[in-house]
Amino acid sequence: MSPDFLNFVEIVLNGLMAGVMYSLVALGFVLIFKASGIFNFAQGVMALFAALTLVGLQTGQVPFAHLINAILGSNVHHWGDGMNTFLAIFLTMGVMILLAWLVEKIVLKHLVNQEPIILFMATIGLAYFLEGLGDLMWGADIKTLDVGLPVGGSFWWEDLTREWAATGTEYYGMYIDVLDVSATLIALVLVIVLSLFSQYTATGRALRAVADDHQAAMSVGISLRTIWVIVWSIAGFVALVAGIMWGTKSGVQFSLSLIALKALPVLILGGFTSIPGAIIGGLIIGVGEKLAEAYIGPFFGGAIENWFAYMLALAFLLFRPQGLFGEKIIERI
Amino acid sequence: MNMHTKPSQEFVMTRPDDGIKVGDPLLVVDHISLSFGGVKAISDISFDVRKGEIRAIIGPNGAGKTSMLNVINGFYHPQEGTITFRGEKRTKMKPHVAAHQGIARTFQNIALFKGMSVLDNIMTGRITLQKRNLLWQALWRGPAEAEELEHRRSVEHIIDFLEIEAIRKTPVGRLPYGLQKRVELGRALAAEPALLLLDEPMAGMNLEEKEDMSRFILDVNQQFGTTIALIEHDMGVVMDLSDRVVVLDYGRKIGDGTPDEVRNNQDVIDAYLGVSHDE
Repeated sequence: MSPDFLNFVEIVLNGLMAGVMYSLVALGFVLIFKASGIFNFAQGVMALFAALTLVGLQTGQVPFAHLINAILGSNVHHWGDGMNTFLAIFLTMGVMILLAWLVEKIVLKHLVNQEPIILFMATIGLAYFLEGLGDLMWGADIKTLDVGLPVGGSFWWEDLTREWAATGTEYYGMYIDVLDVSATLIALVLVIVLSLFSQYTATGRALRAVADDHQAAMSVGISLRTIWVIVWSIAGFVALVAGIMWGTKSGVQFSLSLIALKALPVLILGGFTSIPGAIIGGLIIGVGEKLAEAYIGPFFGGAIENWFAYMLALAFLLFRPQGLFGEKIIERI
Repeated sequence: MNMHTKPSQEFVMTRPDDGIKVGDPLLVVDHISLSFGGVKAISDISFDVRKGEIRAIIGPNGAGKTSMLNVINGFYHPQEGTITFRGEKRTKMKPHVAAHQGIARTFQNIALFKGMSVLDNIMTGRITLQKRNLLWQALWRGPAEAEELEHRRSVEHIIDFLEIEAIRKTPVGRLPYGLQKRVELGRALAAEPALLLLDEPMAGMNLEEKEDMSRFILDVNQQFGTTIALIEHDMGVVMDLSDRVVVLDYGRKIGDGTPDEVRNNQDVIDAYLGVSHDE
């Protein structure tokens, strides 16, 4: 095989895996949007908050340490060597469920039947609140997250692909980060579990029912508020997974909340109401931006990766506003 | 009597017996008034629904029939009056709580889950009878699986009963109107309701569909002993089906009684045929 072709394959593979990371964030948006019609602007911050809490618990940070020290003049920072990673993940999930419950109790409950834009603004408020809370609880410094996932390039794959190149050509093999591979596998498992849950359990059916028709759902005995807590908990779980992946990849830092913005073009491509759409949209964006960077980028002086996704989304809005898999909304007049 | 009078053995009634005898009031609506801002939708209406009967609520457009149904199943909260259902008095109640107490309903403009299959739609009707909680369901094996299969069996009986075997797996949104109405009835039946509310079950149907639907309603009432309150515009259907009729006009009750009594009530005749007011 020619090195050019192998280069192309490498770009596509890396694009696919970058796309999976976008899909993880987009998935959280879709879950909440389907069930309640709310565009949850705080999804990215939820991923950040989950990652911060996980690192904090894992390394044994004292929450609100700065605040406590400022008020009491003490000097606390850690309460020990931290805890087992699995226990920390488990506890973080507990925190995310508590957060879901509080969001329903404090925010959503009072905004039933309000315009979508009002709910959207409430989630913007939630985003800023969570970001501040995360800062106050765990501090604003960049933290490394290590949950035991392998990181770094795969030498095995590099050696293998080097042999694929035609003899006599200079080709050094493909670079693939094993973290991306595990992210892909985890995302795959996550989507399969979510689909099985929503297809084959009574609660899953209730979730789909609420997504479809609120009034009818209430009439068969589904409590909307319970469903909202469940949905926000699941979105919190997805945020935790995304937070772990992004945190391991680039450190737990506050710019993580901005990855939520990358989920927007993914959602516009895949449609706001489709779980497979979120996955495939993410993959298309991932592959698209990597290919564009490699083949079109040089004509613009490079670095088009950052805005290419938004251009793609704009083009989609012109021709297929409901996205690839979204429901076409036909208003009857 | 016809051959349907014996209750079907296939439906296991999972709701606790409320001790109310057939013929005694199951639902008592007492001096209900409902207004939206300055508009009075219902003023001071009282009537009851007896266990085992088919009770029709009729009246011209805008008489407050659907509002009355919405009050009964908890979508609207009346400003005045009380509702007593199965001996329990209540003032404000959420729809999902009403569903758990045994009130199931259909809607005037079909409210099905359009993206879901017929089977899944009817399965949602059994949510109030679901006992295993979320954790069990997440594991799915064991008790939750056994329960799911049991519910599935009851739903299959309903599908048989409504003669919709052929469309079990079809997404509801693709079905013609008449069949959608039938699926909606199936979803309400799946809850094994103590009181079944039907909002214009025959609206927009052709003659044949109406006959089918009438037959199903009668069968439900006689085979399962389900108490039914229905709103309907087709007078022929109402007079044939119902045991007693309550007539509303401009949010007031103007008649109440057997179909024959109502038919001969001067107020009812005036409301329907119009009357000149200068007499």
